[in-house]
Amino acid sequence: MTGANSFQVSGYGPERAGWTRLFARDSLARRLDWTILLAAIVLSLIGSLLVFSATRNRTELNQGDQYYFLVRHLLNTGIGFALMIGTVWLGHRTLRTAVPILYGVSVFLILLVLTPLGSTINGAHSWIKLPGGFSLQPSEFVKVTIILGMAMLLAARVDAGDKQYPDHRTVVQALGLAAVPMLIVLLMPDLGSVMVMVVIVLGVLLASGASNRWVFGLIGTGTIGAIAVWQLGVLDDYQIARFAAFANPELDPAGVGYNTNQARIAIGSGGLTGAGLFHGSQTTGQFVPEQQTDFVFTVAGEELGFVGGGLIILLLGVILWRACRIARETTDLYGTIVAAGIVAWFAFQSFENIGMTLGIMPVTGLPLPFVSYGGSSMFAVWVAVGLLQSIRLQRPMSA
Amino acid sequence: MTNIPETGRTPRVQIRLIVIQVLVLSLLGTLGGRLWYLQIREGDAYAKEASGNHVQQVVQPAVRGSILDARGVALADNETRLVVSASRTDLLKMPDDGKAVLTKLAGVLGMTPTEVMEKVRLCDAETPQPCWNGSPYQPIPITDEATAKQALQIRERAEDFPGITAEPQAVRRYASPGAANTAQVLGYLSPVTDEEIQQAQDSDSPYLRSDMVGRSGLERQYDKELRGKAGVTRYEVDNLGRVIGQAQSDAARAGSNLVTSIDARVQRVAEYELNDAMKKARQEWDRNTNERYKADSGAVVVMEAKTGRIVAMASNPTYDPNAWVGGISAKDYKKLTGKSSNYPLLNRAIQGQSAPGSVFKVIPTAAAVNAGYSFDGPYQCSSSYSIGGQVFKNFESKGYGPISLGRALEVSCDTVFYRLSHQEWQRDGGTKPKKNANDWFYKTAHQFGLGAETGIDLPNEVTGRIPDRQWKQDYWKANKDAWCKYGKKDGSYAEKIAYENCLEGNRLRAGDSVNYSIGQGDTLVTPIQMATIYAAISNGGTLYDPTVGKAIISADGKSVQEIKPKSHGKLPISRQTLAEMDDALAGVATRGTAAWRFADVGWPQDKIPMHAKTGTAEVYGKQTTSWFTTYTKDYAVVMTISQGGTGSGASGPAVRNIYDALYGVSDDGTIDKKKALLPTPQKSLPKVRTDGTITSPKISKDPAKEQRASQEGEDSADQQQLAATVATPSAENRDTRRRRRRSRRRGSRRMLT
Repeated sequence: MTGANSFQVSGYGPERAGWTRLFARDSLARRLDWTILLAAIVLSLIGSLLVFSATRNRTELNQGDQYYFLVRHLLNTGIGFALMIGTVWLGHRTLRTAVPILYGVSVFLILLVLTPLGSTINGAHSWIKLPGGFSLQPSEFVKVTIILGMAMLLAARVDAGDKQYPDHRTVVQALGLAAVPMLIVLLMPDLGSVMVMVVIVLGVLLASGASNRWVFGLIGTGTIGAIAVWQLGVLDDYQIARFAAFANPELDPAGVGYNTNQARIAIGSGGLTGAGLFHGSQTTGQFVPEQQTDFVFTVAGEELGFVGGGLIILLLGVILWRACRIARETTDLYGTIVAAGIVAWFAFQSFENIGMTLGIMPVTGLPLPFVSYGGSSMFAVWVAVGLLQSIRLQRPMSA
Repeated sequence: MTNIPETGRTPRVQIRLIVIQVLVLSLLGTLGGRLWYLQIREGDAYAKEASGNHVQQVVQPAVRGSILDARGVALADNETRLVVSASRTDLLKMPDDGKAVLTKLAGVLGMTPTEVMEKVRLCDAETPQPCWNGSPYQPIPITDEATAKQALQIRERAEDFPGITAEPQAVRRYASPGAANTAQVLGYLSPVTDEEIQQAQDSDSPYLRSDMVGRSGLERQYDKELRGKAGVTRYEVDNLGRVIGQAQSDAARAGSNLVTSIDARVQRVAEYELNDAMKKARQEWDRNTNERYKADSGAVVVMEAKTGRIVAMASNPTYDPNAWVGGISAKDYKKLTGKSSNYPLLNRAIQGQSAPGSVFKVIPTAAAVNAGYSFDGPYQCSSSYSIGGQVFKNFESKGYGPISLGRALEVSCDTVFYRLSHQEWQRDGGTKPKKNANDWFYKTAHQFGLGAETGIDLPNEVTGRIPDRQWKQDYWKANKDAWCKYGKKDGSYAEKIAYENCLEGNRLRAGDSVNYSIGQGDTLVTPIQMATIYAAISNGGTLYDPTVGKAIISADGKSVQEIKPKSHGKLPISRQTLAEMDDALAGVATRGTAAWRFADVGWPQDKIPMHAKTGTAEVYGKQTTSWFTTYTKDYAVVMTISQGGTGSGASGPAVRNIYDALYGVSDDGTIDKKKALLPTPQKSLPKVRTDGTITSPKISKDPAKEQRASQEGEDSADQQQLAATVATPSAENRDTRRRRRRSRRRGSRRMLT
């Protein structure tokens, strides 16, 4: 990695920030990770078609405008894209300095959800209603904040060259930083998001090089915590019921198991090539609930078949694969931890979301990155893409 | 750059990152594998489930075809009734399983709550009728006799009656045209069971949940043709049941009509006369048992001699087939099947078997000729015949001296047949039979079609029994243990018999062959078998498979599929013998045991030659069975009454009246063609128009009573001329007529066998 080439890129730094560098020769535009970008765009567009298919007949949702959700999904994608550009422009290192502000805002927002300003959708009290029919789900941004915040703490001394690995004190601090918003989200209760955050924390700790004791300790506490949560009745009945229905969907096919059952029927009936876009009878017949958001994958499964469903998984795989490479190849631990946190986030959320429609994971309200309808989620994942791009841009060019 | 690699990372982090990458990819791999499993491997199953999910079937039941008589009069058709039904699935959703709703419903319908609840419970091994044996997912009919007012009450207050519907439906109706109920021949319907649906799933006529299935008689035999095919429209619906498209539509195909050879009028006459004969028999005194005759059951068959088609078939006791329509009530079911019911569901014309007595004698006559004995004889008709000390008497111990086989038939001389049968038995080796014994008397019976089904197009026909050597052997094997246990050498009569049977019941004994020769002993026949045999004697020897169905005509009348007469053999007798036997049987009606029912009471033998044979079969422990077999060139009529007395005595007048009605004969022998119901068998088929209506003649309210009345009218006219005593036809008149017939009986009576 050493040699003439490394000198050519060494000039890139914050001092040359500005639009010009985007258009400079042999530079930013060239060195962006186009694979990730393209995969994310394709996923978003597939998502818009699926959302459209799922909602064009739902007059009770789309207020009589069959393009309502399609337009909004595209709009969200556009905003997300802009956020990505903004993120790249700022750079993840700049964002590191902004972590205290971001953290404060995030915690404030999720606290706001707990106040009467928040609203309940599908049993989870995790939205803030905004004017114009929009609503905000701050827990999505908390995911980003946790990644950035923990990375900042854990990488600070290592990147400074003081230590090879983060010490125990740092780890405790980082965990404490993550625990505060997680507890608040748990109170909402938005169990799905908490699960994602736990996995993010785990991924971040792993990538930070923290002692194995912390990693296994965290896994152990997570398990004990889950059992405790179950036993102490922190969970609402609907959450327990969802888990029970996951174990046995035939238990109550008209009630809780209904979603799982109908989702599985929709996907199973797709076959190899599916019923064709807009021709899925399960979708048209609106047998699967929440189909534009949490169960959007069922539309793909039914209407686009194994080919379409497989493509979505493949594209997610491509993003994750590239993200893993970015994590491995970046020079500073901060970038590595952020990338690894994003990998953990995307991987678990995708696996949980698709897994629940396929009946191998319990049902929780998590969106499928890029594909599901929902502004907050879309913005968050595009910001994450921006972070990945930024990390890639700031690592030395590989030969 | 000492221990920190240029990527800024320690090996630990690098390894962990690879672990994360592998983990992530394996998660995605899991998703892909699961997706493949669901969509490719199990895809078909889910596709099926999905189509079941959003496709609602709307079934338009096919109208069941009518069962018509030979002239097109409907014996069974459909009518529209207001049917109130309950959906079990809806009821069970209620906290009290719908008890409150059903109780309220009972109030509206004027039934007791228990009655209603019994109707909606499901049949299983422990649940007695009434119960629902159809599909639990199908609405269960509670009544099909709701008034318009009741239906309105239910429909207007739908919220008070969740799960209850009141709708007009086509319901089977057994119209009893001209008071002919034809119950056992028509059969009945009941809802299809789950097993039947499963069994017929892959056949070319699968059942629907709402189907009714023929359970006996013609309804069962021709079920497939009558049922037609229900129309199914498949609608695609969304999760709320709203129709979003029509997937597929098969129009209903109405069931075909079945034209039978039954003539409703003759059927009515046959039913009426059978019942009347049994009533009369119950007033007669049986000198053997010193009580009145029980006349517990009976049957009559009127058959076209040249085709084997059934013109009338009556079985007594009988029932009202409408009892089954809309689900049978507990009371009715008990009445039809209980121990004290005497089983009116049985069609005794094909399911009642008893010893034939002397009507059997045509078979030993043919057997004797086949064995080489000459028809003319002469054979000694002694008053009794003894074998080794055992005396077999002639009926009423009368002798006629040396006579021909023909004369033996006429006077029904038992001893002639005893002797011939015994001789043949000896020739075959007696109790130690030769290897290739001729067994003429048994072989001939089998050739006459006895001991086997006639093949009539009605379900569950029984075979009767010819007690030949093989049967003896099988029967002994099955019963010897019981006999040997029960039998005593010096016990009661029954015990002695059992003792004997234990010792040598497997052998055909001399006494067996003697009893058998006159249709006694273990011989059993059904009325339809005897009708087939006597029709064959009439038509020159062809044994036809009796048929009730004559043609199947599609609902629009365009396709007519005739059911052609089929034969199952020829009588094993030469033309010559047949002619001689025919003469002898005519002699029975003119000079012999049946003369007092025909020739002596004004039967126009020259215009309509009548042939007859009487039989009075003895049954151990019971009163005698009356048998009367007759035929003309067109018809064979066979009647039997269990515990009814003598052949000509109990059944004679009834059979004569049936013939009178068929041919329009009066007591004085004049033939009034206008009054004749069916002087020649109905040839043409009724017309079914393309719109499904059927041209059929009007039928009077009760042909049997009319026929009686017309005869009484003539009688009274006669008597007015003669004595001018009775002015109007009345019940008394009938007695007068009977007395007249009876008074002649004394002079002409020869022998009752």
